[in-house]
Amino acid sequence: MSGTPPLLAARALTKHYGTVEALRGASFEARAGEVVALVGDNGAGKSALVKCLSGVETPDAGEIVFDGAPVRFTSPTDARAMGIETVYQDLAVAPDLDPAANLFLGRELRKPGLLGRLGVLDKAEMRRRATREFARLGVRLPSVDVPIGALSGGQRQSVAVARSVVWASRVVFMDEPTAALGVVQRQRVLDVIRRVRDEGIAVVLISHNMPEVLAVADRVEVLRLGQRVARFQAADTTVEQLVGAMTGALTQEDAA
Amino acid sequence: MTTAKQSVVDTPEEGDDPSRPAAWQRLRSANTLWIGLVLLALCVVFGALRPEAFLTLFTAQTLLIEASVLLVLAVGMTFVIITAGIDLSVGSVLVFAGVVGAKTMEALSPGGDATDAGWGVIAAGLVVSLLGGGAWGLVNGLLIARARIPALIVTLGSFGAALGAAQLITDGVDVRTVPSALANTLGSGTSLGVVPNLVLLAVAVTVLGDLVLRTTRFGRHTYAIGSNAEAARRAGIAVTRHLVLVYLLVGLLAGLAGFMSLAYFRTTTISGHSTDNLNAIAAVVLGGTSLFGGLGSVLGTVIGVFIPAVLTKGFVILHVQAFWQPIAVSVVLVAAVWFDQVRRRARNRS
Ligand SMILES: Nc1ncnc2c1ncn2[C@@H]1O[C@H](COP(=O)(O)OP(=O)(O)OP(=O)(O)O)[C@@H](O)[C@H]1O
Ligand SMILES: [Mg+2]
Repeated sequence: MSGTPPLLAARALTKHYGTVEALRGASFEARAGEVVALVGDNGAGKSALVKCLSGVETPDAGEIVFDGAPVRFTSPTDARAMGIETVYQDLAVAPDLDPAANLFLGRELRKPGLLGRLGVLDKAEMRRRATREFARLGVRLPSVDVPIGALSGGQRQSVAVARSVVWASRVVFMDEPTAALGVVQRQRVLDVIRRVRDEGIAVVLISHNMPEVLAVADRVEVLRLGQRVARFQAADTTVEQLVGAMTGALTQEDAA
Repeated sequence: MTTAKQSVVDTPEEGDDPSRPAAWQRLRSANTLWIGLVLLALCVVFGALRPEAFLTLFTAQTLLIEASVLLVLAVGMTFVIITAGIDLSVGSVLVFAGVVGAKTMEALSPGGDATDAGWGVIAAGLVVSLLGGGAWGLVNGLLIARARIPALIVTLGSFGAALGAAQLITDGVDVRTVPSALANTLGSGTSLGVVPNLVLLAVAVTVLGDLVLRTTRFGRHTYAIGSNAEAARRAGIAVTRHLVLVYLLVGLLAGLAGFMSLAYFRTTTISGHSTDNLNAIAAVVLGGTSLFGGLGSVLGTVIGVFIPAVLTKGFVILHVQAFWQPIAVSVVLVAAVWFDQVRRRARNRS
């Protein structure tokens, strides 16, 4: 699998937030049809890396390569236009809008004909499709009509996951998509991740749950203090090795 | 995954039209409902106490006319507040727009007296009023959305600056020659025998505003930005551009309101709009629109405009001292905001 060229790659990215160096030359690779887990301690720079690779932030230095060509994302729209979707750690949903509106946020369907050209929404169609997608992805909601802020944390997270999966065609970033989920929902999300992978999409999973990482990921990349410090094939890796790499007890020469 | 065949979403019952507003929506607008009931109760009380004075065509007409200008301002304010913004400048922008419109009509008339001006001159005055209002809106929007200065400060600045500019242009003296053709049609004319034209215009603006907010993508993005601007940005919504457009819209509506005020009062009323901004904000908030953004409706705003108006009328008819009106409005206003807070806290429990 590591023989195929990466679909999306970060090369030596740096990113400062004021005086904080979130990324110090971080590299990362994701391949089509593969689940790669991105792990690291709190503050290692995982979310910062995801934000750079999904166009939310612009890196200070370094290169992003997509499909073999260098790219610059100036906004999330750029990344989305290339089929890259993200579940953010803070979810980035609009709490006052209902799940269907959130699913179609920024991609609202308009009515056919003149009304549509005037900007009139096709709310019924969006609701119908949202209901169908939630059902397909196993998202359980008490009602598709409540504002998302009234849902439980896990339900909100499920909606955010569904939104990314529905629209992604090349890469999905999931920044701790299972953090607030119960056992059943967590299993559903992991199933969804596998299914998306089998469709040939690159899935990047960020998680602090090591058994979960080893269960679903094909590869694991470890970030520490804003740098990649280790890479593993999930099949022949143990939780101890991952923890060792995360804490600095174990280092790989060629990882950065 | 095999769950596809199970019913994992509580789907609407058979034959239910998915676009039909469900029970929650009615619950959600409960605040609007409650405030609507207050308005109804006020009308009933005043009507019962003095039916011969309150329940008359004349009272209804004057009530509506006096509310028209404020309603146009408040419709724009609804959009702004739904984006979690505020616009304190609307009253001053109204005055400015009225002044530049009136001055243009005078300049285009022989001898600088616009009283007998024709429709061509009036149209020019309207365009200049709209441009004047729109320009302030654009400046507000750019400073707020692009330069990221808090809306409260930006519009406090233009609140002072627009009024100052209007006074500079006129030397502080009201323009008194307003075309009779304008005053007699838009200002005091009626259609269908009983409906004041000013009211018709305000209704048209309100209906349009309601449709844009409820049914269009522009409206949806307005809610989304107020609900979570960063989420909107990440979802690919051009947040900066949208906010500039919203402030431009409220500026244009203030310009239109300035022209309406000109037609109604037959003068620029420079010193008469210092509390329009607060009245518009109060109306919007009374109507259930949240100052925190993301929630609100034009229908609520309509109700919110009429509560103070009905109170004023009722107090006059009942010979209650007019000074009670602002006190009563303030009590209802604070209660409405308190309700909103409680509801939000209950909802965002998790
Ligand atoms: N917007 C910001 N402003 C300032 N500092 C930031 C910002 N975002 C991240 N940082 C800093 O950058 C570093 C990396 O943060 P990041 O969120 O990427 O960590 P993480 O690996 O995702 O951690 P966690 O597992 O806790 O989510 C941290 O030291 C953090 O304090
Ligand atoms: Mg993080």
